[in-house]
Amino acid sequence: MNNSILVVVIASGVAYGTPLLFAALGELLAERSGVLNLGVEGMMLVGAVMGFWAVQRIGGPGRTALFLAVAVAALAGALVALLFAFIVITLRANQIVSGLALTIFAGAAGLSSYLGNDLGLADAPAEHQFEPVDPFGLADVPILGPILFGQTWLVYLSWALVVVIALYLARTRPGLNVRAVGESPQTADAMGISVAAYRYAHVLAGGALAGVGGACFTLALTPQWVDGITGGAGWIAIALVIFSFWRPELCLVGAYFFGAFQALPFTLQARGVTIAPELFQALPYLMTVIVLVIVSSGIAKRRLGAPGALGLPFVREER
Amino acid sequence: MFEAAFTAPGALTQSLIGATPLVFVGLAAAAAFRMNLFNIGGEGQLYFGAIGSSAAGLLLAGQSTTVLIAAMMAAGMAAGAAWALIPGFLRAYLSTNEIITSLMLNYVAGLILTYLIFDSHSYWRDTTSASAAVFPVGKALPDAANWPTLGSSVVLPFGFLVGIGAAALLWALYSRTRFGFEVQVMSDSPRAARYSGMRTRRKILAVMALSGALAGLGGASQVGDFLHTLDADPKGLRAYGYGYTGIVVAALARYNPFAVVLVAFLLGGLQNAGSALQGPDFPSGLVGVMEGMILFTTLGGELLIRYRVRLQRKRSETVSPATGAAR
Repeated sequence: MNNSILVVVIASGVAYGTPLLFAALGELLAERSGVLNLGVEGMMLVGAVMGFWAVQRIGGPGRTALFLAVAVAALAGALVALLFAFIVITLRANQIVSGLALTIFAGAAGLSSYLGNDLGLADAPAEHQFEPVDPFGLADVPILGPILFGQTWLVYLSWALVVVIALYLARTRPGLNVRAVGESPQTADAMGISVAAYRYAHVLAGGALAGVGGACFTLALTPQWVDGITGGAGWIAIALVIFSFWRPELCLVGAYFFGAFQALPFTLQARGVTIAPELFQALPYLMTVIVLVIVSSGIAKRRLGAPGALGLPFVREER
Repeated sequence: MFEAAFTAPGALTQSLIGATPLVFVGLAAAAAFRMNLFNIGGEGQLYFGAIGSSAAGLLLAGQSTTVLIAAMMAAGMAAGAAWALIPGFLRAYLSTNEIITSLMLNYVAGLILTYLIFDSHSYWRDTTSASAAVFPVGKALPDAANWPTLGSSVVLPFGFLVGIGAAALLWALYSRTRFGFEVQVMSDSPRAARYSGMRTRRKILAVMALSGALAGLGGASQVGDFLHTLDADPKGLRAYGYGYTGIVVAALARYNPFAVVLVAFLLGGLQNAGSALQGPDFPSGLVGVMEGMILFTTLGGELLIRYRVRLQRKRSETVSPATGAAR
């Protein structure tokens, strides 16, 4: 039963969806504070390359090295995001152009490729990689076993993160402030909340999570480094934030949904079914467009729509 | 670096070849961004331009070069415009944000391109020749469909000339016609435009179609000038991300059509120098890093310009990219 196609697809959807989930949660935090960062792909790639570098250089037992590598990836992602934050928050440049500039700067054929080549990371398998662990010994339970308990620590970490972020946004004072900053920075400013500080913090957190998302590739999914290893996952993550109506808990569902679509062609191929993989790969993008149309229609906009000030720089003297 | 980009033998030609697609996608982005329509779909529209123009080239095999070139340009523009009208329509009638929709459609267009060559027996795919049995490729266009080149020591691609012409037309359209004036008003003050009875929806559709047509023309130029087939190889047409670089070009040029040509030429030179100098001392990623840094400096510098604007009204538009590329 645990080898049935549905279970295999969902289990691999969880694995492939995890980098998307990390990156999308990060982008969600940034967007909730009113900053649209289109540089996710670039930040993921820098995280991927630095995480891989760390695991190659840090000695010691595998698990310590791996978790340190994840921390390095997060730090690298946050550093790249800092550059973006300075440009769009302090210098108030156009967020769209700056985000694309960030992807060109950091992405494939940019900083990540430079670092990878300069540090000599190509063509080497990873020293350590995240293996599936089974903390409760339940991986053999029918159906739910492989999906819920046959996963890596990164997957379990992402679940914890969903809960933390959902509670943070809904139940804490700073979470409420972030939402105020994203919906109406003027109001937030009048309340004495520092718009710039909140935006910096959440863009940096977004960069860190994107870095971890990138490291999911080089440390777990395909444990090696090649230029452009994330293959457009950063763009899917941006789509995912919209697809999930800017809610962390829906992000989780959406990530596995999109992950399953990426994994499905491989699974089908392994079983001798040949369907053009492009059909499945195009579905996440098409569904995002459809969701976006729904979100922007009148009634849904109020309950499900984007943060009111998304993409707009905040200038105190402007009214 | 300057030497490798412009003065070494054959380097100028290579830089012009690299600049040609950037002119078109830069103009495409500039045309849309002028109206605050953030069409990031230049990449997908360029693919569709390539699909449309190669179909025209294959269909009209046997015709004269003039007919073929005209047909390929028209088909490329039509296909690019059609693809751009999807986000345009959604924006105009359903007020859906065009940034994300046009971005998502880039990937769909890339997958369609792959599907046409790799996973189907479409009209574009070569199914007869021996090499095509080993690795899927597109059908080769007839020789008459090769766009001419000009010059002998420095070879100027025909597409680059078309690009300069398109820049001049775009400039005239935006600064000398009623259409351009209305676009300007709508970007500066949408509310004023509505009060004075301008038709915003139609204008959104028109500008998106124009932008898509320009990007599609870039795709046609890729097919006609250089590739002579529909190229779906992940290391070919899809590898460069011309559409995204085009937005950088447009932003550096501050959406001025003539500056777009100049910036495209400089960035083409930068990319050419990057691939010419590539080696142990000059890893491949450096070009992207430099491009990104030039753009960041320009974007960041805009704040300073904005706040000093009373002291210096007229500012030179291309100073920072020029100094940046010469570095």
